[in-house]
Amino acid sequence: MPAVAETISTVETLGQSTYKWGFETAIEMELAPKGLNEDIIRLISERKGEPEWLLDWRLKAFASWQTMKSPGWGKIGHPPIDFQDVHYYAAPKKKDGPKSLDEVDPELLRTYEKLGIPLKEQAILAGVEPPEGMGAAAADIDDEENAQRPDRPRVAVDAVFDSVSVATTFRKTLAEAGVIFCPISEAVREHPELVRQYLGTVVPAGDNFYAALNSAVFTDGSFVFIPKGVKCPMELSTYFRINARNTGQFERTLIIAEEGASVSYLEGCTAPMRDENQLHAAVVELVALDDASIKYSTVQNWYPGDAEGRGGIYNFVTKRGACRGARAKISWTQVETGSAITWKYPSCILQGEGSVGEFYSVAVTNNHQQADTGTKMIHIGKNTRSTIVAKTISAGRSDSTYRGLVRVLPKASGARNFTQCDSLLIGDQCGAHTVPYIENRNMSAKVEHEATTSKISEDQLFYCRSRGLAEEDAVGLIVNGFCKDVLKELPMEFAVEAQKLLQISLEGSVG
Amino acid sequence: MSQFLSISGLRATIDDQGSPKEILRGVDLEIPAGEVHAIMGPNGSGKSTLSYVLSGREDYEVTGGEVSFEGRDLLAMEPEERAAAGVFLAFQAPVELPGVNNANFLRTAVNAVRRARNEPELDAVQFLKAARAEAKRLSMDAEMLKRNVNVGFSGGEKKRNEVLQMALLQPRFAILDETDSGLDIDALRVVAEGVKALRSPSFSALVITHHQRLLDYLVPDRVHVMARGRILKSGGPELAHQLEAQGYAGFLAEAA
Amino acid sequence: MNAIGGRPSPAGGNNASGFLSRYAELRDSLPGDVCVRDVAAAQLEREGLPRREVEAWKYTNLRPLWDTSFAGGSAVQEADAGPVLDALLSTLGDENAASARLVFLNGLLSDGLSRLPGSVTIRRTVPQPLPAGLHPMLALNQMLSADGVAIEVPAGLDGGRLLVIGLGSAEHAPADWHARVSIALGAGASLSVLQIDQGTGCYLSNAAITVSVAEGASLRHARLQRDAASAMSFALVHAQIAERGSYDVFNLALGATLARFEVHARLVGAQAAVHVNGAQLLDGEQVADLTSVISHDAPNCNSRQTVKNVLQGRARGVFQGKIVVARPAQKTDGYQMNQALLLSEQAEIDAKPELEIYADDVKCSHGATVGALDEEQLFYLRSRGVPVPEARAMLVQAFLLDAIELVQDEPFRQVLDDAIATWWAGRAA
Repeated sequence: MPAVAETISTVETLGQSTYKWGFETAIEMELAPKGLNEDIIRLISERKGEPEWLLDWRLKAFASWQTMKSPGWGKIGHPPIDFQDVHYYAAPKKKDGPKSLDEVDPELLRTYEKLGIPLKEQAILAGVEPPEGMGAAAADIDDEENAQRPDRPRVAVDAVFDSVSVATTFRKTLAEAGVIFCPISEAVREHPELVRQYLGTVVPAGDNFYAALNSAVFTDGSFVFIPKGVKCPMELSTYFRINARNTGQFERTLIIAEEGASVSYLEGCTAPMRDENQLHAAVVELVALDDASIKYSTVQNWYPGDAEGRGGIYNFVTKRGACRGARAKISWTQVETGSAITWKYPSCILQGEGSVGEFYSVAVTNNHQQADTGTKMIHIGKNTRSTIVAKTISAGRSDSTYRGLVRVLPKASGARNFTQCDSLLIGDQCGAHTVPYIENRNMSAKVEHEATTSKISEDQLFYCRSRGLAEEDAVGLIVNGFCKDVLKELPMEFAVEAQKLLQISLEGSVG
Repeated sequence: MSQFLSISGLRATIDDQGSPKEILRGVDLEIPAGEVHAIMGPNGSGKSTLSYVLSGREDYEVTGGEVSFEGRDLLAMEPEERAAAGVFLAFQAPVELPGVNNANFLRTAVNAVRRARNEPELDAVQFLKAARAEAKRLSMDAEMLKRNVNVGFSGGEKKRNEVLQMALLQPRFAILDETDSGLDIDALRVVAEGVKALRSPSFSALVITHHQRLLDYLVPDRVHVMARGRILKSGGPELAHQLEAQGYAGFLAEAA
Repeated sequence: MNAIGGRPSPAGGNNASGFLSRYAELRDSLPGDVCVRDVAAAQLEREGLPRREVEAWKYTNLRPLWDTSFAGGSAVQEADAGPVLDALLSTLGDENAASARLVFLNGLLSDGLSRLPGSVTIRRTVPQPLPAGLHPMLALNQMLSADGVAIEVPAGLDGGRLLVIGLGSAEHAPADWHARVSIALGAGASLSVLQIDQGTGCYLSNAAITVSVAEGASLRHARLQRDAASAMSFALVHAQIAERGSYDVFNLALGATLARFEVHARLVGAQAAVHVNGAQLLDGEQVADLTSVISHDAPNCNSRQTVKNVLQGRARGVFQGKIVVARPAQKTDGYQMNQALLLSEQAEIDAKPELEIYADDVKCSHGATVGALDEEQLFYLRSRGVPVPEARAMLVQAFLLDAIELVQDEPFRQVLDDAIATWWAGRAA
């Protein structure tokens, strides 16, 4: 049997057992009734203690959502989603707020431990005493322990559990630098002027079907504000987890980098194994002013469903960054290995003169997964530059599509874009597709696009195996090499995790 | 005596990410008819910029000074007018022209220049004959005429092609921008022969170089040292030897 | 990504109503099986002509079609058209002028002006039944087509060269015609079809071309589209290529205010090959679209595309190229390159090179570049004394070269070269 065929058969055996984040956490939940109507939205807003303007904004979004249809142009197929069969609010039930770590629900801590994020270990976490209101339990983390271990990369984490942010770490250090990093629900209370100034300015409430839905019902997410001239002293990170059954997760992230500020932000996502599909519809908005820089990295590992295509997360996400200022830079890096369906196009609006947009993506699909992902680079300002590097790997019976738009408007003189899309097919039952749109209305702009589709070469495989590598390791090695240009953009500590994920996603039982 | 080439107080800037950066900071230089001058100087001293400004490249903005060529205001002329007037720049790194046949390109250029000089145009046969003869004299493979301009040419082939163009266009003033760099001794001789063949009381050349080697073949009448956008010192051929022995660093320290 | 799939219901009344009501008038007088036409009419009745919401028409707006009231094609006298044809032939060189030719006048085959070839069978045809879900322009063609030819080359024969010339003239009212051409090559046969479309006045030329290439046969097809400045020019090719067969097509678009050349090619036998190349040189308010869908259905097939756009004025060039590789089509080799040169501040290029791949052992790639003339190259030429207009012409010609040189028929390539030179001379003046 040729080497590749063997690989295919091993890949095909990948079952749900290989999704190692597929644990369920037994935590008491508060659930809003299923379904979506104005009352639910009022309930969410009230639970969050929101001001009137935000409730109005949600209701307007809801009104426009009701007039919209779910987009049909993606190369994805799924049974119609019953939006009335979803809980739009789920939160870990609060007894009295824990006063110390010992009082924190041990299940929750174990969750973080299983997630493999550095929270537990650093004794950081715990929904220790929420500042006020309900839902977000935030903890100030003592930095001393960290100071004793200067070797450890410092990452501040905001953990979002179903609909609610449960913990944010390193607040004190960040506050000293003037950085605000907190749950968005808290930001609404503590920094209403900032939220009001920026919320919905990059992704308007009625931008698209899923963004409108999110605007109506978003429950939490992270808020980051880096003031003028500040370089954020550490990586910021949010971990998202869907836990409750029949729950939609609708988080909303807003990151603002003022003039000359810079920040690197990472999000990770997991969900338990379930037979039914769960809906995730997030919105991420980034704003970069003059000379600011935002690096946004995602390692998406939502439950992909089982080998027969049962269950898995429907991941419909709108991510967009606005380079409003001159020389601003927004860089998206994503490693998409999870979800039954991925539909996301992290984009850059390059408005400021000389601003820069980047999109680095690895999307891996296996079994019955479907991914339709890519980016939009909208060149508005002079001398704006963008780079797109997208690597697509399809295995099993999956379909993966790169869909991207590069649009150069008439005033974007001197704009530059370079796009490289490469697809790798593993097995003859999958599909890999490339759909780039190039629209150029400025003669001095230069746009270059290259795309290739190929399979893992027998020569490469044979070479590795003749040097003693097991076939699965050889595949992993080659795939990692194929993705190198993207993986190297990830913050160091996550690059390793991402590599492991790739291996696991593709090799299944072999891993 | 009527002036041949006269540069006075020449200043030029280039756009550096939105703000102008001054490269030439008041260059003064006189080259009389029939002379070969050399400019030497460290990297970044403005030598190549000077050659581009003289040939009319638009990336550079002239912010001051004058250049007159045989009594005409050179800076007011378009690049092709300068070529027709007899100015020729042999590029340091000649650009590739995929899809443009070398022979066709040369003939178009030669005839455009002849037209501007009120000389009769060459038909395809006449031209090919002339081009082949020149190519042979420069020990170039005539096959080069069939290829696309500079596409896939080795460094040496590109430089020979520049010299071939020079031979065919018959300039009155040639600027050789580091035409010797990266050449082996045979190619170097070809370049030197190309210039020597044009030498006459009405032909001048400005040779930009780092090395003494080319100047051994092409003994210059004057040598100028350029640094920080200006001519710091001028002298006879012995100046080049002095530089070779002393290096720029010592020389610049002394000059400063 | 504001693309939305599916067919929209025609908003605000049926946008094909003008064509439909003319069909109602002509239904009983048109030749051939009326049922075939009714199928097409029913589709247009139901769906209308596509609007820009339809993904395949995202970049090309058919609005001028329903905003113009066309009156069908008026008959042209051969005596009037003869001098026009002679004038055209005199510019084509001896070999082309001496070749066999089919001449269409406003979409109707002219027996008097045509010169039939020896080894090729030419039959008059009318629309044949086609599967449901027609391409909208094919539906329009099928409904209103008044004339057509079937060109057949028997197995093993070389059909030589055949000129297909379409002359249009619509001096008074906007006219439209919907010619039908079918080309079938028997096993091992070969043919070179050289198509020229030109005319005067405001008209819609909506040709449908069916190509069938049998085992080991080879069809070369080159087209010079030089339709009138206010014309709308559509040509739609459906090609099927059998084992070891090859279909090589080139479209040079110079004319018309709105044009689309669209090729759907299916490689149904192993080792079949298709090349869909083209160049579009546009100025003023012109819009021209080259759209192709190449389906690899069989293993070991090869497809190649080189498409160039040169855009002046406020012109807009569109390239949509899709390569679909079906599961059985292992060892597919697909390559596509599209490049655009923008020569003015207002010109626009929209490109969508698309890969849809279901087989793993394939080599598919595409490249796209968009930019202006290279300033450095321009300067180099000028520094050698070449004046700006000539230098630009040289660089544009060089830019087009690797597409034009793919036209294998030497005498016809000369026609294309001349047409480009003439086009360019018209700009530079």
